[in-house]
Amino acid sequence: MSDITRAEVAVVACAELFRGDGEIVVSPMGFVPSLGARLARLTFEPDILLSDGEAYLMTSEAVVEGWQPFRKVLDTVVPRGKRHVVMGANQIDREGNQNISAIGDHSRPKKQLLGVRGGPGNTANHRTSYWVPRHSKRVFVDQVDVVSGVGYARARAAGLRHHDVHRVVTDLGVLDFGGEDHAPRLLSVHPGVSVDEVVAATSFPLSTDDVTESRLPTESELLLIRHSLDPKSVRDKEVPS
Amino acid sequence: MADKRMTPDEIVAELTDGMTIGIGGWGSRRKPMALVRAILRSPVKDLTVVSYGGPDVGLLASAGKIGHLVFGFVTLDSIPYDPWFSRARESGTIAVTEYDEGVLGTGLSAAAQRLPFLPTRAGLGSGVMDLNPSLRTVRSPYDDAEELLAVPALKLDAAFVHLNRADARGNAQYLGPDPYFDELFALAADKCYVSTEKIVDTAELTEAGPVQSLLLSRMLVTGVAETPNGAHFTTAVPDYGRDERFQRHYAEAAKDPDAWRVFVDRFLSGDEAHYQKAVAGFGASA
Repeated sequence: MSDITRAEVAVVACAELFRGDGEIVVSPMGFVPSLGARLARLTFEPDILLSDGEAYLMTSEAVVEGWQPFRKVLDTVVPRGKRHVVMGANQIDREGNQNISAIGDHSRPKKQLLGVRGGPGNTANHRTSYWVPRHSKRVFVDQVDVVSGVGYARARAAGLRHHDVHRVVTDLGVLDFGGEDHAPRLLSVHPGVSVDEVVAATSFPLSTDDVTESRLPTESELLLIRHSLDPKSVRDKEVPS
Repeated sequence: MADKRMTPDEIVAELTDGMTIGIGGWGSRRKPMALVRAILRSPVKDLTVVSYGGPDVGLLASAGKIGHLVFGFVTLDSIPYDPWFSRARESGTIAVTEYDEGVLGTGLSAAAQRLPFLPTRAGLGSGVMDLNPSLRTVRSPYDDAEELLAVPALKLDAAFVHLNRADARGNAQYLGPDPYFDELFALAADKCYVSTEKIVDTAELTEAGPVQSLLLSRMLVTGVAETPNGAHFTTAVPDYGRDERFQRHYAEAAKDPDAWRVFVDRFLSGDEAHYQKAVAGFGASA
């Protein structure tokens, strides 16, 4: 099968976020991460738990297998730590801090966004990844305006023993904060994207010592994406080719 | 046996300027919108509002009712940002205490248990600490010696929630998949007022759903108002889902002062019956 799209590569990169997660709740926000989570469950991570985005835990056959209302999420699921969330990000900085709260001075923001939502609690308690559908210098900034998701330096200073910012998947590639002293590094670029392109779209320096090419979907993964999970190609709206 | 039936206007008449009120529901889901509309009609002002925010916050901001907002987010769910909340923030007209979603619930839990604070990890290291310099941490007295955030109790003068069914004594029931934090809002408040789709005989409550759906006992409830379609335009499943078309209309109108005047004239210039009639007319024009 050919004509693999950028969106399909991004779906697989999101699926790879969950490799090794086992029997925990996975909470993807955004369409491409949701596809990735469902793909991972149908292939190499069959035990992950997924909600319908509201109060039900659903099997891959769309059978209700559990009850997970918002209060249960915040009172027990998040603090207990058996969860991996993929959040969006209006800004991410070189230390891995993330902002979805507001742009500019918080007392009178230039642009009000959602608020910190669950970012502080997620990053204090369990593995957190991010999804950025349009990789740009506006998102990857030197310093975020409001810290919603906590990055490495702040987590260390606050003694957050369960902090674990895992990876950032974008439309161009995959990043993490696994360099020396948690420096940001570019792990892979999607096919057709150059390392220079990613570096140019990022405000802070990226380590590019060991960059690979993001893996392509296998033929069976492509079948699942195209025919079972997203036959109407909604993924192309989030990541145009 | 106390009959706690009240009208929305009678409920709102019990509020005084500067009170702290909690609003149940979550985002654009099962919000006590008929009670919010009653606040818009009233002269009460300078409220401190505690909410998992949705269009309740937007509408109260549109009428200048909010002096201070305690929140973790404000969203219309199917539309990411509420334009009235954005305007209030970007013009600096409301003071805010911005918490993590979990921290907000922890503060309500502390108030519900009459504790001065409860510890949590959420918030540590984040902007929540920078933006709220009065927050304090507490160190575990046990061997781990972990330092945690001491979330102060979020005591409410009044809580407003909307539930699917209630009896005249204040026993109240949700029939959808999620109770949200309504019980916690009720427990954290001196007085809790419930609006409901339908007031029924007590015996009918257990016929409508399992005993676990009886979220509020009457000892938590001061007043009950029957407000059919009273969560509109947010969800109140299984009675109805969100009125997405109307919500889009609200959000579009909120972006433009001229369009907003037309919206207020058409929907918010009369009582609840006027609103529901105008909404029915809007639905018929689809």
